[in-house]
Amino acid sequence: MTDRLGLTPSQTVGPFLSLGLPWPDGADVVGDDTPDAVRIGGIVFDGAGEPVFDAVVETWQADPSGGFDHPDSSTRTSFRGFGRCPTDGDGHWEIRTLKPGPVDGQAPHVDVSVFARGLLDRVVTRVYFPDEADANAADPVLASVPADRRATLVAVATGRGDLRFDIRLQGDGETVFFTV
Amino acid sequence: MTRFPPPPEGTHPPLDFAGYRSTTLRAPSQPPVVLPHRLTEVTGPLLGADRIGPTDHDLTSQHAGEPIGQRIIVSGRVLDSDGRPVPDTLVEIWQANAAGRYAHARDNWPAPLDPNFTGGGRVMTDSTGTYSFTTIRPGAYPWGNHHNAWRPAHIHFSLFGTSFTQRLVTQMYFPDDPLFGQDPIFNSVPDAAARQRMVSRFDLDATRAEWALAFRWDIVLRGREQTPFEEPHDD
Ligand SMILES: [Fe+3]
Repeated sequence: MTDRLGLTPSQTVGPFLSLGLPWPDGADVVGDDTPDAVRIGGIVFDGAGEPVFDAVVETWQADPSGGFDHPDSSTRTSFRGFGRCPTDGDGHWEIRTLKPGPVDGQAPHVDVSVFARGLLDRVVTRVYFPDEADANAADPVLASVPADRRATLVAVATGRGDLRFDIRLQGDGETVFFTV
Repeated sequence: MTRFPPPPEGTHPPLDFAGYRSTTLRAPSQPPVVLPHRLTEVTGPLLGADRIGPTDHDLTSQHAGEPIGQRIIVSGRVLDSDGRPVPDTLVEIWQANAAGRYAHARDNWPAPLDPNFTGGGRVMTDSTGTYSFTTIRPGAYPWGNHHNAWRPAHIHFSLFGTSFTQRLVTQMYFPDDPLFGQDPIFNSVPDAAARQRMVSRFDLDATRAEWALAFRWDIVLRGREQTPFEEPHDD
């Protein structure tokens, strides 16, 4: 199977991605006055457990009714669905968004790309929601992940109703990453 | 069901590439799990011209004065692998200045900063998938990866296409750079032909007389499916 035109290869974002990628409102998938907004964030760790301070985390998700702002979505919405947050000096990232609805018979989820110095291609993972135990148990993607690693894909509720999703690139508790 | 065929073997670098030291603690050690393409993956952000500022396409016009360096026009088309142009898609770039220094707090090698150059740009492709930036030619820079390591001159590019599966961050290089042979990032791409697809070509037709040299670089994102196609025109 050969593609008609050769694809352009991936290369690392390098350490200075913040010159090109961040937006002032990148992390604000919804504005701060949005009812039911949730914050999802955490720390990106390397294989030595050190925070990765030169990464950018991007998110893509449906709105609460399961629709995307895209012509392939049968229930197209105007919800931006896209978040982008560079990690800070402590490796921390955080977006403000709405919890997505179920999509295509899957549990609510957010697709995530991580780019960083030292990543020659992005790594892709998914955030699932801790208050969706039944839907998560029936989710075909979670079912395809080794059972002892599934927990790395489920965010942790913090006391304030926000969600914590750390990303461990390598080693103990390594986050499950996907080939797309 | 995979709606976008996987990239041919050797197109993209492996995540663990020992020659590039920063991969050692950052490349995942577990094998990835295949994510079949469902609606979340075949859709993606369709970011619009509202993301573009008035001087984002011209990195030489973002400050009071002109940056030092050789003015260049970098242009080309964004296509998918079936040869279809990708219109109205956001292209983002960032780069070092003419001396090879980034306007970034953590870039501290002793080459001069240029008060008239920040090095970030954004444009949308037009209806034919064409993009164009005006900038200055970036310099090579040392980066400490190995003894006397120098990055070949490059411009970082970020592309979205129309789906999550098409997202691409890459680097554009310049023709005949003598630094290619010792650069592990360039050489992390296994396939030699794919590696050459990261190299722009000098484009005499796009130069502007008495003003700027020009380089052409087409970018190919994953196509949605295999379809028989007539020979694409080489323009
Ligand atoms: Fe660079």
